[in-house]
Amino acid sequence: MSEAKLSSRGTALLQEVEQFLYSEAEMVDDRQFREWLNLFTDDLEYRVPMARNVRSDNIDNEYMEGAHDIHWIDEGKETLTQRVEQIHTGVHWAEEPLSRTTHLISNVRVSESVALGLKDEEVDVRYVFLTYRHRLNDQEDTVVGRRRDLLRRVDGQLKIARRTIYLNQTVFLARSLSHFL
Amino acid sequence: MTLQDIHSLVDVENGTGSREIFVDHDIYREELKQVFGRAWLFIGHESQVPNPDDFFVSRMGEESVILTRDRQGELHVLLNTCRHRGMKVCRYDEGNTRLFTCPYHAWSYSTDGELVSKPGELVGVPGFKTHYHGQLDKQEWGLIHVAQMRNYRGTIWATWDQNAPPLEDYLGSFSLWLDSALNHRDGREGGSVVLVGVQKWRTKCNWKFPATNFVGDAAHGVSHKSVNMVGISPSASGRRDERPKDHYAFGWPDLGHGGLGFTPRLEEDWVQGDVFTKYPEVSKYFGEVYATRKKNLEGKTHYQGKGTIFPNMSFHEEQPRTIIVSHPNGPEETEFWRFYLVDEDAPDHVKDTLRHYYMTYSGPGGMTEQDDLENWAYATEASKGAISRQFPYNYQQGLGWSEPFDEYPGAVWCGNLVTEQNQLVWLKRWSEFMQGWEWEYLMHERVHPDARAFPLKVGDK
Repeated sequence: MSEAKLSSRGTALLQEVEQFLYSEAEMVDDRQFREWLNLFTDDLEYRVPMARNVRSDNIDNEYMEGAHDIHWIDEGKETLTQRVEQIHTGVHWAEEPLSRTTHLISNVRVSESVALGLKDEEVDVRYVFLTYRHRLNDQEDTVVGRRRDLLRRVDGQLKIARRTIYLNQTVFLARSLSHFL
Repeated sequence: MTLQDIHSLVDVENGTGSREIFVDHDIYREELKQVFGRAWLFIGHESQVPNPDDFFVSRMGEESVILTRDRQGELHVLLNTCRHRGMKVCRYDEGNTRLFTCPYHAWSYSTDGELVSKPGELVGVPGFKTHYHGQLDKQEWGLIHVAQMRNYRGTIWATWDQNAPPLEDYLGSFSLWLDSALNHRDGREGGSVVLVGVQKWRTKCNWKFPATNFVGDAAHGVSHKSVNMVGISPSASGRRDERPKDHYAFGWPDLGHGGLGFTPRLEEDWVQGDVFTKYPEVSKYFGEVYATRKKNLEGKTHYQGKGTIFPNMSFHEEQPRTIIVSHPNGPEETEFWRFYLVDEDAPDHVKDTLRHYYMTYSGPGGMTEQDDLENWAYATEASKGAISRQFPYNYQQGLGWSEPFDEYPGAVWCGNLVTEQNQLVWLKRWSEFMQGWEWEYLMHERVHPDARAFPLKVGDK
């Protein structure tokens, strides 16, 4: 991930990935949730691990990612689809009325090996995000963190096969995770 | 606020409760003393501190406390504040240490019984010989211990009140339901562990909304309508609102506990539903475990239920099998801590299926819990106004229809009717604590002059 300079192929890929992530973010902010689901592969792994305060000499264990560790969210496409359908029931009170979200994405990097075309069907992407939410009258929160995605090219189109979202918060301060980060 | 004012907040006879209870700042401050300063509170699970010197930082009301296992294997619950100037001696959530050294002036406290006469005692103070002239009483200035601590089937409980009755008396026969959450699925005592990762989150609601919701609110189905429509159950077709037979609300009016559970029956008459039909391997595993249970517990009684232990610890005994503590964090905010339980020796694939289901259902990301949080938060907000707070909440569903249920000593129920009387049970207990009753009255060994009888069914209605 320490590429100072990407090859021209890498630059083109980075641009493609950035545009993909921006349009994905826009889709969520536009509440095009069912269309948004199409951006994920069927074998999706979608995880939001939790962080804890530990001594700095144990910092490798700050995020709890053991096989049986509890996450904020750890699921596949079936459950993610259920979340979207839950919003569409019109009686999912935490999202009725809907949240207004704005996703900001920055610091996007693609892995060097991918950029060099060693394994061009999958792309490992790291970036940061900020999601602002406003709802009803004075309910607002900002969730910030890092994301790591594994994108896969399926029939020429990029899709998300794995997404891990690392939040900065240990105590989640934003009431509930009813919106998509 | 006078005693008379406090007395009038809960009208047990008419089934109403003042909104002030849920929003008033003076009442909140009094609660921290009268309720959280005296009641037995849930701290954590022994599986979170398996080794010597392990610690897990927890809460008792607003107080930060450290659950720690000393080198001799004993558990302690210590107030997380330096005796010198109050700095937190531990700012990690968990870890392993024998010594808690304050980052402010380096007073250090040891949990090693070899070095100190009582774990938690002061062991090192910079300048002890010179500046203090060796005259500081280190035994006197150790970390504050809880007044009482108890390990109940792996769960750790504590109280600040040395006069509080033993935990078992405090729980009464409601412990039969707690056992159904803590015991191994095969019927063994204990045998469960907390999965790594306690979900902690804050929501703008008074802590009593979750406490009284989980004490047995069978009428809030509309909250979870969307989940039922989508169907998140691990059984291919089961709905959240479908329960096995004979599942009712039971409350313990003298103790303030209550929940939704089953009428007792012989273990061999208990029909265990298969809730994991979508996962045949898991389904097969539970089939075997429950067969073992029937053999192990043959001739014994099956007790099972979920609910709230007064004041703020709630548990769910089956799916999802969890403990939630609703910590007061100001009158209009709750900090939730959710712990997830599994049988220690369950195979990996079973644990994995369970944890996936738990996370789908519960916590801030849980599809079911989110809608509860929404209701509690906006109920709190809409009760704050100078006008709105004048109008009490209604707890009249089932009022005067409760009857003693002798198979659970001390409990009442409304038969097979849906009732909100458990919430009144909880409020009655809250009122007794807030009036500052001594324990002999709180435990109803003596009748307090202000005691009010819980409204029971009279004659044939």
